[in-house]
Amino acid sequence: MKYMLLIYLDEALYLEMPQSEQDGFVNAMLDHDDRLRSSGHYVTSDAPMAPSEAATVRVRQGKLAVIDGPFMETKEHLSGFYIIEARDLNEAIRLAAEIPLATVGSVEVRPVDKLERIEQ
Amino acid sequence: MSPRDIGIDEIWRSQSRRVLATLIRLLGDFDLAEEALQDAFVAASRQWPREGVPKNPTSWLISAGRFQAIDKLRRSRRFDDLRPELIRQLSEEPEALPDQAIADDHLRLIFTCCHPVLSLEARVALTLREVCGLTTEEIARAFLLRVPAVAQRIVRAKARIRDDEIPYETPEHEHLPDRLDAVLHVIYLVFNEAYSASSGTDLIRSDLAAEAIRLGRLMTELLPDGETYGLLGLMLVHASRSAARLSPEGDIVLLADQDRSLWNQDLINEGCDFVEKAFATRHIGPYTLQAAISAVHASAPAAEETDWRQIIALYDVLLRVAPSPVVRLNRAVAIGMRGDLEKGLALVDALLVEGQLSDYHHAHAARADLNRRLGRDKAALYAYRKALELCRQEPERRFLQRRIDALAQSF
Repeated sequence: MKYMLLIYLDEALYLEMPQSEQDGFVNAMLDHDDRLRSSGHYVTSDAPMAPSEAATVRVRQGKLAVIDGPFMETKEHLSGFYIIEARDLNEAIRLAAEIPLATVGSVEVRPVDKLERIEQ
Repeated sequence: MSPRDIGIDEIWRSQSRRVLATLIRLLGDFDLAEEALQDAFVAASRQWPREGVPKNPTSWLISAGRFQAIDKLRRSRRFDDLRPELIRQLSEEPEALPDQAIADDHLRLIFTCCHPVLSLEARVALTLREVCGLTTEEIARAFLLRVPAVAQRIVRAKARIRDDEIPYETPEHEHLPDRLDAVLHVIYLVFNEAYSASSGTDLIRSDLAAEAIRLGRLMTELLPDGETYGLLGLMLVHASRSAARLSPEGDIVLLADQDRSLWNQDLINEGCDFVEKAFATRHIGPYTLQAAISAVHASAPAAEETDWRQIIALYDVLLRVAPSPVVRLNRAVAIGMRGDLEKGLALVDALLVEGQLSDYHHAHAARADLNRRLGRDKAALYAYRKALELCRQEPERRFLQRRIDALAQSF
């Protein structure tokens, strides 16, 4: 079964860390990707850029509206995600706990549902 | 060849729990062991399609898991204090373990998952996941719980085992009877949950019953004992009736009304064999006695031919060994079935007055049934309504409702 691991960070706190520590996290995250690849759990992962870089899009009555900024302003925001293949929720939790950033942020573990076409 | 061609899924199902059990002993940690197990299977699915399945896949997997763990420990910064000592120990392990050592580890895993410091719910969840290999999602579905709640239960149970430094062992002789009771209790609970299931999730529930029986069998292999045999016998005889206990509409059919030709005779025979084995050990406990009672029912060709005297005698012994209000209730019902309706009713009434069973719908249903057979319709109707109020299982509720409707017509 597939699970999404969503990493939430307080970026302000993160940016207060010395540069060497931040760099350490980046490398540790990349090492972690490799570990997940070799254990067969890895599907994909990436790091969204800061919410200040985001645009939010809506289409209503055929009209496009773009808001400059994230969908929701929050203190902790999505800073990275994994999609993994795990046997069950407890295995996904174990793998989430091994993410280096879990020591400074929070990791939400969500089972991923596969949409199926509905006959209409 | 692909990993599937060499039957790796089948090897996972039959061997992964045994491999895990030994890896937990070697690594001293559930999570590390689970990781090593996964790595071992990844290695197997790369290597076996090329080189063929080794003669002893279990040994191979344990050894692969061990080396993967050594490798990881060397690289990891997580276990700084323990690392050198653990790596040394792991490196000194013999290459191939005797089967007995693997069986001993399997038993250690069962006793650890059923340790009395854990809540009963935690023991059940942990045993089903670690010993039976069910997924968190399957356990949640079977017990009608939310998946994250079960996951949390499992995480906490493992943390408790780690924090309390619960030794990974089969208990010493003096503690064995109590600890074995705790294990059998978990198996019994899993079986009961499956057996007293409501409709809707029947399929999953029957898987759960099969899992309980598998565990029961495993225990008779790993730790033959009177009560281990007794519990397996009890489950087999009960399982023999599964095709007869619900009507095609999903309504409950009482033992007396079941079509006995639907009973699975192989399961009855096997169950009765285990009951005999249990009696032969001369260590006769509550499971064996309950199994013997079920066996008496199972050997009656028709409900009217049930040997109630023998059943009452077995209940008398059971009351001495494990007194409980529920056993007293069942004995009272048996006395009623033997024909002493007044005596049976007096015993049920006395139990209800004592109060311990006042919320137990079976007690009210028994009272209702005895009154009905005595022709006291009003008292019967009152008690059936009380039972319905307390009953949560759909098929049983429908049964009670039918009885109420039939009686209400006569007023």
